[in-house]
Amino acid sequence: MASESLILFFITAVILVGSALIFSSLVPPKSSNPFKFEPYECGIETVGESWLQYTVGYYLFAILFLIFDVEAVFLFPWATIIREAGITAFVEILIFFTILGLGLLYAWKKHALKWE
Amino acid sequence: MAFDIYDFTTLTSSIHQSLSESLPPLAVEMIEWTLVGLSMLIFVALFGLILVYLERKVCALFQQRLGPMRVGKWGLLQTIADFVKLLMKELITPNRADKFLYNLAPFIVIIVTFMAIAAIPFAKGLQALDFDIGVFYVSAISSLGVIGILLAGWASNNKYSLIGAMRSGAQIISYELSVGLTLITMIIFAGTMQISGIVDAQASGWFIFRGHIPAIIAFIIFLIAGTAETNRGPFDLAEAESELTAGFHTEYSGIKFAFFFLAEYVNLFIVSAMATVLFLGGWQPLHFGSFEGFNQVMDFIPPIFWFFGKVMFIIYMIMWFKWTFPRLRVDQILTLEWKYLLPVNLFNILLMTLIVLMGWHF
Repeated sequence: MASESLILFFITAVILVGSALIFSSLVPPKSSNPFKFEPYECGIETVGESWLQYTVGYYLFAILFLIFDVEAVFLFPWATIIREAGITAFVEILIFFTILGLGLLYAWKKHALKWE
Repeated sequence: MAFDIYDFTTLTSSIHQSLSESLPPLAVEMIEWTLVGLSMLIFVALFGLILVYLERKVCALFQQRLGPMRVGKWGLLQTIADFVKLLMKELITPNRADKFLYNLAPFIVIIVTFMAIAAIPFAKGLQALDFDIGVFYVSAISSLGVIGILLAGWASNNKYSLIGAMRSGAQIISYELSVGLTLITMIIFAGTMQISGIVDAQASGWFIFRGHIPAIIAFIIFLIAGTAETNRGPFDLAEAESELTAGFHTEYSGIKFAFFFLAEYVNLFIVSAMATVLFLGGWQPLHFGSFEGFNQVMDFIPPIFWFFGKVMFIIYMIMWFKWTFPRLRVDQILTLEWKYLLPVNLFNILLMTLIVLMGWHF
């Protein structure tokens, strides 16, 4: 099958979830009381807002991830042609990895990899 | 190959031909699409049910219990009963939630798993989509799943959900690096990203044997990172019951919850299938060099059994991890990835490149 049939899998998933949601919102019995639709925090009323500012630690890891994931994107085409490209490509990737490794070492040294 | 009857291309092309004879091309296309869509739907639903049952039985095995035994023979119908129960539960959308995003999240996780499963080769000729960038496609699509999880946690407007989603997000994006780099390691060895090409290249021997040391290191890293990617124990702190009730899907009820559950198990299947394709030869039977008799006997087993046998083996291993290792803390998880797996992976890529260039493999 050609790649435009990707839409088929998209549609199949939407049909699966959609039909189940429609069924479940029509058929099962319903009841309502004022506390039912409150956030579930094990019976205690929730205090304050839940959409808060969040720890910066996660943000740091997201930035690091971005750097290394872009690197991985560069590596994919390189990996497919390494057999033809030979030793030159190996030396080039060695230089690339050295720069990346220095970046990782810098982050390590600055305690960016330490969870606080 | 001696056994061409196991080749599914003959089946699919014969269906295509018999349809083309009597119908216009557009109708043929529509019918084929419906058939593929339906079979995918049935496969995902059935396999999800089987995996949930298996998980309970494996858990029971490790805890010396019997597991579900009441509903049907050996409790075989237990997951179906659970599914019906979940389907008949009222759907709740909390008052404070962002209604649209809250309902969008289950769609996203299921769409992602369906689109990833499209590229999985079940047997020869039994693969819906065979891109020339197949491996890259699977890793790209399955990385979108984290958006569904983050959406679910954020839109629920619940503190447990938010904490669970954030942890899960940090964990999944971190371990995605390791998965990606092990994929690259094996692509270096295979020289192609096409999934069918990778499987065909393993006819003379599975990559885990032919690539020896770097392939085995990559396999171990892939298993660890794959376990973390699917949010399973010991990396299940995103839904640590003892501290976060149910993590990012705390607020989800009924069938919406079931979809997160289903997505988790289908993701488990996708990770195992990718491990099978990249390391254990996909649907290729086990061959030992010059033992002709042994190889013939192995050829006799249909490829689809080989594929599912290997996938089940890896799934069993991942379930084994879950019931063996204690849950990690968030700092331990990030340390393991960034300070151990990532550097080891980078060196492993260099080692693999060297071995491929020097021809030091089988």
